[in-house]
Amino acid sequence: MSAVDLQGGAGPGGRVLAIVTQPLVVATLLIVGLLVLGEAISPGFASAQQILRLLIVAALLGIVAAGQNLVILGGREGIDLSVGGVVSLSAIVAGNLMNGQDGGIVPAILACLATGAFFGLLNGIGVTLLRIPPLVMTLGMLGVLQGLLVVIRQGIPSGLAAPALSEFVTRPFLFGLPGIIWLWVAIGLVMAFMLKRTVFGHRIYAIGANEQAAYMAGVPVRRMRIALFMLSGAFASVAGICLLGYSGSSFANVGEQYMLPSIIAVVFGGTPLSGGKGGYTGTMAGAILLVILQSILTTVNIDESGRQIVFGMTLLVLLLFYGRGRAMRA
Amino acid sequence: MKGAPTAAAAGPAGLRQFLVRFPFLPALCILIVLLALNGIFEPRSLSFRSLTGIVSTYLALMMLAVAQTYVVYAGDIDLSVGAIVSLVNVAIVALLQQMGGGGLTVLAVLGIGLAVGLACGIVNGLVVAWLRLQAIVATFATSILFTGLALWIMPVAGTPAPAAVWRTYGGRILEIPFVFWAVAALALVLAILARTRLTTQLLAVGDDAVRAYQSGLPVTRIRIRGYALCGVFAALAAFCVTGDTASGDPLVGAKMTLSSVAAVVLGGCALSGGVGTVTGSVLAAVIIGLINSLVYFVGTPSEWQNLVQGLAIIVALMAGVLVTRWARS
Repeated sequence: MSAVDLQGGAGPGGRVLAIVTQPLVVATLLIVGLLVLGEAISPGFASAQQILRLLIVAALLGIVAAGQNLVILGGREGIDLSVGGVVSLSAIVAGNLMNGQDGGIVPAILACLATGAFFGLLNGIGVTLLRIPPLVMTLGMLGVLQGLLVVIRQGIPSGLAAPALSEFVTRPFLFGLPGIIWLWVAIGLVMAFMLKRTVFGHRIYAIGANEQAAYMAGVPVRRMRIALFMLSGAFASVAGICLLGYSGSSFANVGEQYMLPSIIAVVFGGTPLSGGKGGYTGTMAGAILLVILQSILTTVNIDESGRQIVFGMTLLVLLLFYGRGRAMRA
Repeated sequence: MKGAPTAAAAGPAGLRQFLVRFPFLPALCILIVLLALNGIFEPRSLSFRSLTGIVSTYLALMMLAVAQTYVVYAGDIDLSVGAIVSLVNVAIVALLQQMGGGGLTVLAVLGIGLAVGLACGIVNGLVVAWLRLQAIVATFATSILFTGLALWIMPVAGTPAPAAVWRTYGGRILEIPFVFWAVAALALVLAILARTRLTTQLLAVGDDAVRAYQSGLPVTRIRIRGYALCGVFAALAAFCVTGDTASGDPLVGAKMTLSSVAAVVLGGCALSGGVGTVTGSVLAAVIIGLINSLVYFVGTPSEWQNLVQGLAIIVALMAGVLVTRWARS
């Protein structure tokens, strides 16, 4: 998309406030600002307990966004619209395999990871070997997954989360934080290490910045891209399992709400949709920002329409801070 | 956008040129095959009556596919088209409910509906082309905004449209169903639009925005016009939805956005811009309708229908992309 190809330069704001407009700094400042605002509107909004609840919700979104982040970093219009379907599918697969029993957790995790990676593999094959644009391929895959969910739902009940899984997601585990937060922190550290310190990570930036050059330099571009889509599917399935633990049982299309927000979180984190630059640390902040924003809007006493209008407008204003396209020059 | 090559040239090279000249041909072939299959599995499905039914159900998607096409021409994308459909749908139903369903009033309200669609399109254009936000995320944000406005106008679904609206949409003029008149009018409008400078400019911008700019085209303004045109056609799609469902629903269009993108790709447009025809998009919208009816007619158990539809559409999408690329290689 030409609009995306033109990304890169900082907007007029960037010239004025070069440091303050670093995506991570912007997101962090906005998070603090929104917490203060929330506390002002409704005392108790920024209480430790509330913040913890927000972090759990943000972790679910953030884990989906990790895979989305990788696919987008890999460039060539990389995007994964099928993550929502994978989240829903693994929530239901996990729910049925564990069915309220702790003993079923390990098989459930393995089965979900395999499922997510499998659909990622199909996406990756379509995108690389058949050279279908990622948007089209993953959009089609989303349709298939939604159909598959209907079939599965007819045959089997929605399933129950194992008690240990629910505890992992909602109860304090270490230093008062639940396991899912630690999992998210671990994912964040692994992602940061992988992207900055490993050959695999450097190759992601290489194919995202210039696929042709990366290919010439000996990067196995196709295998890389397939791996990125598989990771995206795997991350989405991890989020699906955690979501099951959060809600207790899986219900229809729980994952759909993650599709576009996961992309927004990545963009808020400073990774442009054209790929090749950015990272996951910003995305984590982006996910927290998005969740706090939604939470403030639910706290404020306005009806659903007003909430959506304000949310849409705020997203537009926030997007002005991130990756605006370059102006045309002759 | 090339000069007319001789279609008569034999061999694959000739076929390729033919496909480049008429990118909607794969879609047309799929359409004919689907019609034949529908006829084989359920002869009655090719009756005038059931074809009328398919057209009146999928006319909205045809309009919306056309809307998306003009944006994709320029290499952009609009994920808010479904929200525009919802907004225009509730706006006209709410207005009609207040002002009554007289003939002139309906026309005036439809005019307002078009204006609402146009305004939404211009907002999208300003946000994407003028503020230079990334189209996918920016139009997702505006879709939330438009959905909020729709919910503000009508918080819950169910307000009925006046009888005049659905009687006209489902009725006949001179013994020919209204929807066929609408398709004919659409064909005429599209034929005229295809000959305007705007279409050429949109395709030029989509082909290479920088070169278009360097050759003196007002790229930003052209992209905004593309979005504006998209908004107008989304409003037309909303009219069809209103005629078909005879009620207002603030979320009615949400499911249509991704179908419109699928239709555009299926119709032979490149999402990178610069290539495509509105004809292809219209045919592709009918294809999606025919796939859905075929899945029903071959006797697929109801719970499997969505999956089979999903598989058929992904296969059709891949085939479309592969054929188009083969033609242009």
